[in-house]
Amino acid sequence: MTDVILATEGVSKQFGKFIALNNISVAFERGKLAAIIGPNGAGKSTYFNILSGAYPPTGGRLLYRGRDVTGLPQHRFAHIGIAKSFQITNIFPKLSAFENVRVAVQARHRRYDLWTARESLTEVNDRARELLTMVGLDRMDDRAAEDAAHGEQRALEIAMALASEPDLLLLDEPTAGMSPEETQVMMRLIVKLSETRTVILVEHKMKLVMGICERIVVLHHGELLADGTPAEVRSNTDVKRVYLGQEKS
Amino acid sequence: MSGPGATILGFGARHRVGAAALFLAVFPWLMPYEALAVNILVLGLYAVGFNLLFGYTGLLSFGHSAFLGAGAYGCGIALVHFQIPWFGAIVIGVALATAIAVVMGYLAIRTRGIYFAMVTLALSQCVYYAFYQAVGLTGGENGLRGINLSEIGVLTLKVDFLNPTVKYYLILAFVVFALWLLSRILASPFGAVLEAIRENESRARACGYNVERTKLLAFVLSGAFCGLAGTLSALHLSIVPIETLHYTTSGQAVMMALLGGMGTFFGPFVGAAAYLLLGDVFTVLTSHWQLVLGIVFVSFVLFFPKGIWGSLLVWAGRR
Repeated sequence: MTDVILATEGVSKQFGKFIALNNISVAFERGKLAAIIGPNGAGKSTYFNILSGAYPPTGGRLLYRGRDVTGLPQHRFAHIGIAKSFQITNIFPKLSAFENVRVAVQARHRRYDLWTARESLTEVNDRARELLTMVGLDRMDDRAAEDAAHGEQRALEIAMALASEPDLLLLDEPTAGMSPEETQVMMRLIVKLSETRTVILVEHKMKLVMGICERIVVLHHGELLADGTPAEVRSNTDVKRVYLGQEKS
Repeated sequence: MSGPGATILGFGARHRVGAAALFLAVFPWLMPYEALAVNILVLGLYAVGFNLLFGYTGLLSFGHSAFLGAGAYGCGIALVHFQIPWFGAIVIGVALATAIAVVMGYLAIRTRGIYFAMVTLALSQCVYYAFYQAVGLTGGENGLRGINLSEIGVLTLKVDFLNPTVKYYLILAFVVFALWLLSRILASPFGAVLEAIRENESRARACGYNVERTKLLAFVLSGAFCGLAGTLSALHLSIVPIETLHYTTSGQAVMMALLGGMGTFFGPFVGAAAYLLLGDVFTVLTSHWQLVLGIVFVSFVLFFPKGIWGSLLVWAGRR
C-alpha cells in the first residue's frame, strides 16, 4: 500500500439545501504533487477548505496520516503539519514583509512568550530571512506588506505557509490574478517546494498543472469526476466533455 | 539626520520607558499644580492599558470603566473596611480587576466589532450596578469615602503621603513599572501576535495561533493594567466616586487613545494629558468645556486620524 498523507472518506458539504460537495473519497500520497481542478462552481474551494480545516464537512471524515482530524480547530492544523495559502491574498497588510514571516515562524514555538525581546530570537529571525530568500523576497523585508506587488504578496504568503515547516502544503489557486511571467515564477517555486514536501494545489487553469503534477483530481458540480495521472485524466471522456471541451484545448 | 536632536530621538526610541521616566520625573514642574500631574499619570496609565486591547489587538471595548472602577473599589474597600496596608490594597484592587476581566473577556471575545463593544458595555453596566447596590461596602451613589492615607511605609521608610510631591513620585514609580511591563510585552513575541490578530485574524489562525485564547489573555492583561490605574486613583483621590464605573469613563479611554494616537506606545498617555489639560484650562473659562473638548476631538478624528503622538512620529520620521 502506498503511503497516504491526507485522505477524505465520503466527504460531503451542504450549505443549507445546496449540496456543494457530495461523497468525495480521495487519498493523497506523500511526496506527490497533486492538483484539484474543475470548472467554476465545481466545489474546488469548498473541498480545499475542508482539506485545510477551515470548516468541517457535514458528512464523512478527514484523515491525516491515518488519524481522524475532522473538526479539529483551524489553528491546530498548523501544529500537526498542514499549512495553507489562501485564494485571496491573505497577509498582515500593515506589518513589514519580514515581520509577516517572522510572526509565522514564531508560531512554532513562541505562542505565549510575553517576555523575551523579539530581536533576540535569532533562530526565528534567521529562519524568517531564509524563507524570504527562498521565495525571492529577500530585498523587500522592511517594506509594509500592503505596498508589495501582487505577485510578491502571493510569494510572501507561501513563505508564511512554509514557516510552520509543514509536511503538507495546501495552495488555493496560487497563480490567481498573476501575470504570465509571475505565473511562471510561481509554478517553478511550487515544483521546487514539492521536492521536499507534499504539495496539493487547487487550480482553475488545467493547462498549468498538467505538465507538473503527478496526480490530478477533477471535481464537477460537487462530484468526483476523475482521479488519476495527467495522462489518465486527459483521456477520460467525462473530463473531455465537461472541462476540455469548454477550454477548447 | 545628526546632532543632539537625533541623539535624543535615538535614545528615546531605544529606551522608550527610560525616556518617559526621565520626562515624567520633571513633569510636575511643567504643570500648573501637582494634583493635575497625578491625574495625568493615573489616566495616562488607564489609557495605555486600554490601548493594549484597542490599538494593538484591534478590539474596541466600551467596558473598561469596569476595570478602572474595580481596581479603585478593590483597593479602597481593602483600606477602609479591612485596614489592609496600602501595598496589599493595591494588590487586591488589581486582583479584583483582573478577575472581572477574566469573566468579561471570556464572555465578550466570542463576538466581534460592534457586538464586542456592546457586550463589553453591557457587562460593565452590570459591574456598575453591582457596586452601586452594595452600599454597605461601596457607599453606593455617594461613592467610597474614608480612604485616608497620611503616613505610609515604603520599604523601610515612612513617607508623608499628604505631601503632593511625595505622592506624585510614589505613583510615578508604579506607573513607570507598569509602562516598562507593557513595553516588554509589546516587544515580545506575544506582542507580535496581538498585532497579527489586529491585522488579519484568519491568517493568524492559519499560522497556528489560538486567536480566542490570545485575545482573552490580551483582554485580561489590559484589565489588570487599568485596574492598577484604578488603585492609584483611589490612593490619589482618597475617594472612589461611583462615576469611576460609569460608561462615560469607558468612553474617556477611547477618546484619550484616539486623541493621542492608538497603536502607538505613548499616544494614549499623551492623549490623556491633552484631555485633562484642555479640561483644566477650559473649565475656568467656560462651563461648556466639554463642548470645546468635543470640537477638538472631532477635528482630530477628521484631520489627524493618527492622533497627536502618531502625527508627531510621522512628522519626525519624514524629516
